[in-house]
Amino acid sequence: MFDVEKIRGDFPILSKKVYGNPLVYLDNAATSQKPRQVIDSLVDYYENYNANVHRGVHTLSMEATDRFEEAREKVARFINAESSDLVMWTRNASESLNLIAYSWGEDNVHEGDEILLTPMEHHSNLVPWQELARRKNAVIKFIPMLENGTLNMGEVDDLITERTVLVSAVHMSNALGTINPVRELGEKAHRQGAKILVDGAQSVPHMPTNVQELDCDFLVFSGHKMLGPTGIGALYVKQDILNTMEPFLTGGEMVLEVSYQEASWADLPMRFEAGTPNIADSIGLGSAVDYLNNLGMENVRKHEKDLISYALNRFQEAGLEGMDLFGPDDPEIRGGVFSFNTVDVHPHDMGTFLDRMGIAVRTGHHCAMPLIRSLGVAATVRASFYLYNTEREVDILVDGVTEALRYFRDGSE
Amino acid sequence: MDQNNIDDIYRDRIILDHCRNPRNTSPIEYFDLKGDAVNPFCGDEIHFQIVLKGENSIERIQFSGEGCAINMASGSLLSEAVTGLTLKEAGQLAIRFVESMRKPIGEKVEGSFIGELSALTSVRNFPVRVKCALLAWSALEDAISERK
Repeated sequence: MFDVEKIRGDFPILSKKVYGNPLVYLDNAATSQKPRQVIDSLVDYYENYNANVHRGVHTLSMEATDRFEEAREKVARFINAESSDLVMWTRNASESLNLIAYSWGEDNVHEGDEILLTPMEHHSNLVPWQELARRKNAVIKFIPMLENGTLNMGEVDDLITERTVLVSAVHMSNALGTINPVRELGEKAHRQGAKILVDGAQSVPHMPTNVQELDCDFLVFSGHKMLGPTGIGALYVKQDILNTMEPFLTGGEMVLEVSYQEASWADLPMRFEAGTPNIADSIGLGSAVDYLNNLGMENVRKHEKDLISYALNRFQEAGLEGMDLFGPDDPEIRGGVFSFNTVDVHPHDMGTFLDRMGIAVRTGHHCAMPLIRSLGVAATVRASFYLYNTEREVDILVDGVTEALRYFRDGSE
Repeated sequence: MDQNNIDDIYRDRIILDHCRNPRNTSPIEYFDLKGDAVNPFCGDEIHFQIVLKGENSIERIQFSGEGCAINMASGSLLSEAVTGLTLKEAGQLAIRFVESMRKPIGEKVEGSFIGELSALTSVRNFPVRVKCALLAWSALEDAISERK
């Protein structure tokens, strides 16, 4: 049973007031809020079994190791990985992407090879490939985008050539909400012998994820966007690819045997986890996964699909003049991201005005500068929903935007 | 909502007035100095063209720009404030203005600014927006630096 009011009770921050108004938190694509259960799991670790993991023979170290590896198991099951050995901890999706660009990219991308991206990539799934292409003299190509913010899939077959080594695509756009057909992209990539990377930073927190069904070679995501702490993310790589990858960082924890001259590498997944890992936050992410599983990811997705439909309808009803909405109209292929621009009122002024009403939205380019520019604007206002948002909050947003337009356009209240 | 809240920033509607009806925007055909500033993070832009009287006095200044209300109002207010000043005086005003905008909220701003320019100091109540108010002053410094 998906009971939003009950869910809201688990999130201490949601009872906060901003400028005397109840907080309406609509910046979930940037980071999510944390339930009491996740916060408690962090306190529990530090108060009751804080110790370094692996190799320790004392009680606390063994307990910390068990809980740390149990969290990895939870995350692996959450994305239906074949084994928890294929899931590596990183700081966030960005670090996961950089790890792939170095550990896999250095050995597998050569001069003249092609990397195919979408035009709606977050900078984190764009810049590492630009840098790799620069080092290797490789070529980056982009799948064209249609007016409605979806990919022009008809052109993909022509774009994937025998030189294509990687197709890397965001599963859900953080700026438009578009849900991309990554499984289909993967099929097309595999047909030409290319790998498929799925950036799940926005999708893993909001809908069921099954790496075996997606048949993706790489999946990256961040913990803090899915109720978990900041500073913890994960990377999934298919076994046969992972076996061939060189370590990203070297040092402690990731070695099997070390002499003064050389070292051999530890087994997976520790080979990719040099240094003391982020123990507390891994455990916190495990607890976030428990929370999400308890609600059911199908239910989370349905709730957000209902919210985006409601928001699209409410804004259409309001009939506000000079309001441009970005992203697909069809909630079936759209996550809970509501991105818009208003003629005459700059997104930053809108953001400041809404903040004074307690409404937290994001304004700017959303770390997707080339995409926002291609929309012909400098910035957009983005409201992004999560499992604790309500239709009532969408109503408050509609009222806020209406008031802001009146205030800035003609100065009347 | 409490409208006074939002008026903390867009104070007395001076900022809104200057944003909606920016001053000194008629194009100048011949000018002596020009200055530009762009904030790539938000896309805001400010451009000035200056006509000098003699060697160093600002006779006319033309302003154009794009961006949020605070950015546009700041450009318009600045153009009024520096008309008639020498380049040296304008430079000193810029330094004093930027310094006072960077002071923490609550700390008293030394001296006062001529006329409506003081409305911009209310932006200090919202630290993330201070950079919006400062872009015009970078463009002014860019113009003045041509003469250095």
